[in-house]
Amino acid sequence: MSDAHSHDAIKKHRKIYLIVFFSLLAGTALTVGLYYVHFEKLSTTVTVALIVATIKASLVAAYFMHLSHERKAIYSTLLVTAFFFAAMMYLFIYARTDVPLETEFPASNYVPYSRTPAK
Amino acid sequence: MEATTHVQHGHAAHADTHHHEQSFWSKYIFSTDHKVIGIQYGISGMLFLLFGYGLMAMMRWSMANPGVPVPLVGPLLLSILGPDAAPGGAISADLYNAFGAMHGTIMVFLGIVPLAFAAFGNYVVPLQIGAVDMAFPRVNMASFHCFFLGGVVMFASFFIPGGAARSGWTSYSPLATLAHPETVNGQTFWLIGMILLITSSLLGAVNFIATIIQLRAPGMTWMRLPFFVWAQFVTAFLLLLAFPPLEAAGVMQLMDNLFGTSFFLPSGLVVAGTPANVSGGGSPLLWQHLFWFLGHPEVYVLILPAMGIVAEIIANNTRKPLYGYKSLVYSVLAIGFLSFIVWAHHMYVTGMGQKISTFFQTTTMIISIPSVIILTCFFISLWGGSIRFNTPMLFVLAFLPMFGIGGLTGLPLGFNFADLHLHDTYYVIAHFHYVVAPGTIFALFAGIYYWYPKITGRHMNEFWGKVHFWLSLLFMNMVFQPMFKQGMEGMIRRMYDGGAGYSLAKNPEISTAISDASMHWNKGIMHAAWALGIAQIPFIINFFVSMRKGKKVENDNPWGSSTLEWQTPTPPPHGNFNKPIEVFGMPYAYSVPGASADFTPQNQSPAGSKH
Amino acid sequence: MEIPYTVKARPDTGLYNAKIGIWLFLASEVMLFGALFSSYILLRVGADPLSWPQGLLNIPIGTFNTAVLITSSVTVVLGWSALKMGNFAAYRKYQAVTVLCAAAFLVIKCLIEYPEKFGHYEVWKADGTRMTGHIEGNPFFLTHKKLQEGKIESIKFQPDKKHYNDKPPADAKGGAAKPSPVEIKTADIKRLSAFTPAHGTFFGIYFTLTALHGLHVLGGGIVIAYLWGPGAKLWKTDPERYANRVEVSGLFWHFVDLVWIFLFPVFYLL
Repeated sequence: MSDAHSHDAIKKHRKIYLIVFFSLLAGTALTVGLYYVHFEKLSTTVTVALIVATIKASLVAAYFMHLSHERKAIYSTLLVTAFFFAAMMYLFIYARTDVPLETEFPASNYVPYSRTPAK
Repeated sequence: MEATTHVQHGHAAHADTHHHEQSFWSKYIFSTDHKVIGIQYGISGMLFLLFGYGLMAMMRWSMANPGVPVPLVGPLLLSILGPDAAPGGAISADLYNAFGAMHGTIMVFLGIVPLAFAAFGNYVVPLQIGAVDMAFPRVNMASFHCFFLGGVVMFASFFIPGGAARSGWTSYSPLATLAHPETVNGQTFWLIGMILLITSSLLGAVNFIATIIQLRAPGMTWMRLPFFVWAQFVTAFLLLLAFPPLEAAGVMQLMDNLFGTSFFLPSGLVVAGTPANVSGGGSPLLWQHLFWFLGHPEVYVLILPAMGIVAEIIANNTRKPLYGYKSLVYSVLAIGFLSFIVWAHHMYVTGMGQKISTFFQTTTMIISIPSVIILTCFFISLWGGSIRFNTPMLFVLAFLPMFGIGGLTGLPLGFNFADLHLHDTYYVIAHFHYVVAPGTIFALFAGIYYWYPKITGRHMNEFWGKVHFWLSLLFMNMVFQPMFKQGMEGMIRRMYDGGAGYSLAKNPEISTAISDASMHWNKGIMHAAWALGIAQIPFIINFFVSMRKGKKVENDNPWGSSTLEWQTPTPPPHGNFNKPIEVFGMPYAYSVPGASADFTPQNQSPAGSKH
Repeated sequence: MEIPYTVKARPDTGLYNAKIGIWLFLASEVMLFGALFSSYILLRVGADPLSWPQGLLNIPIGTFNTAVLITSSVTVVLGWSALKMGNFAAYRKYQAVTVLCAAAFLVIKCLIEYPEKFGHYEVWKADGTRMTGHIEGNPFFLTHKKLQEGKIESIKFQPDKKHYNDKPPADAKGGAAKPSPVEIKTADIKRLSAFTPAHGTFFGIYFTLTALHGLHVLGGGIVIAYLWGPGAKLWKTDPERYANRVEVSGLFWHFVDLVWIFLFPVFYLL
């Protein structure tokens, strides 16, 4: 990465940096603007917000952090990390939502675990 | 060539006379040389192991003789810790819990990880890859001092009001937040200590991975790396990616303890009859998930470096290449990867549903496969070998069946339905101690006997090494074997009275209470544990006396090893190798047909000259 | 004894040591912040719906802070590229802006946003009603226990227009007039808490995550400032090594910006 960075190449990169900068500002405005748009479902709101954030983050990573032309060692490290990060998030939430058939959280409704479906 | 040793207090000599003169502080305390740092970690780790052993020795007394003053050290406990913790010199229930929590914490984080990963890794890995030092020597030094500071904090926690943390090494909330009446207490110290230790490990992990990727000598391709380096590489990744969630959890529990947050404290919490003054809304399960997300990869951190050491010593003492090098490499990579997605097998009893339990059960079963592949390759490697039964090899040979027992007894624990019965019993304690004690620790002993000549220029005494080995093997098994039965009978963990409250003697009408035989075994285990401690005395004496009086090595490569750490002067100087290293061959080129010697060093060119 | 590849890249990996080092460190940071984000999700999903104070954070200030960090990100990379072209003076100017942005972010967060919440209260009354608002005199960290210990009989409470659980009024035209202050007797109070970490899990995780992020802003800012100031000596003796250090600190800085890009919508908007 630190070898042979010609002046022309760097000038081109500076233009890209500025384009990304303004895109990020626009993305921020979009994020805040979408706050005032009411989606029907909560999941839609969350998904849209995360998509916008991910696009902004990808721009920073790809262009500011030069990830778009990085090396295999770094890509593989990040890929592995991303997999574990996703697994952690998904499994934490799934573990919370997957509970035995008859368990209800209010103690008064508690029925011991058995194979028969509720009601 | 005479191997000169300038050993002071066990630290490596500074034999390079061209270097500027360094003060005592910069040479031995604030050194950036990976070998000195490795020794610093090693000595510290061994001291903490001894301290952790001491805690257990006192705990076993309490289990066998609850409420009875501890012999010898009872008065000391009373005078240092006071009559609340140690009434009359006996161990109170709270003190037992503190000893238990700290025994686990100290053995795992201050003993084994620093010794297996940081000590052996720091000393041997740069040498084995042909590098002059680690990639980031100053970060290396910072990492050691962070670890040392964490150890000081953990040790100091025994002496503050209220004593050390007492909520298990697993520190489950809400107990961890509620166990102490003082605001700043042993648990606070535990959390701060853990944050320091985690930081140390993260810095170390970055260093190891960067070093192995970037500083391999020319010709040292990935598939020519000694298996020990592969094992340390995967271990470093485990530490790098698994520790941060525990750091996050530690910060959150610290906030719960000090700033009144309720990350892990549920609503409706009632303590001793009164509703707790907390905001509620938190989740105790969140702590468990975050803890075990580290906790499971952590146990692979404990075993993988040991497997690496075993590989080196087997190849060297069978005078033939390891069987299945490629299988070993792919297996260790698979173990590293899978270890991140098995953690909730520690949480089968928390009320998880069938689908998620089945997922974790499946991944847990799958991860046993690469472990078995590695053990099998080690066993097969013995076939047809010219086995030399020196002390390192004895420890390694014992490691194989001992780790086998440990691993196989883990299988019932991996099954959801069986674990419902065995969770939190002495069966679990027996299982994991078999893997770590006659498993990892034996491998570490082997590594110490094996690399001692390179570090000091002298051999440890073989006779006393064998005494150490046979006694340790005998007593380890006497300590842990009965615990399987105790656990299957239902003796649960963390009971200061050894289960007396649940015993048949106290509950004659309950047929499934803990049998008299199991209760009686508590005394046997105590005696075996104390004998195990006595068996370490020859080792400790041997370790220090051999530095001055041990048999001097005949040459720089007394074991006749093919790996690079033996192709250096003894001890290796600052900069490690006399000339730049180039690698031409495989790591375990023993008994190569047509070769002049029964081993071919990796840096020996095909023309015969060594580079 | 020279450690190789500290400045020049190793041919087969194409990296110099510090670069792989910083990316490894950033990978661990991804897991750290990821653990906290997944904690946020679990805490939110498990929270009592009536105790999740969404909407109490100042969006304009948060947006401004976001713009400040984005600006600092672009100045970091423009500074680095100026350095690669040999233009030390331009690099100096860009990095000065970076450090100023870091300082501005921290000042706004620590001296404006945080204190604003420490003096903003929620009171649970014995009759089951709840109110949010401010207390006369603008004290920080007042609690029911402190009122009792200080033997204070009552507080003058200025309620907000609406509680965070209330739906916004149907007529959104400027809305109702500001409610008048009320006097609340200490005896009627079941719980009094400012919006501190102890208030509930939302502010607990908000303060933890933003404070941890803030510490990273501080750390990154200090390193960049050091390289800008005393550390700049290295430019004269070993410019390539210096440029590498600037690049590595820049990578860390971009990561800090990345985390904020997710933090801002999650806490302020969702």
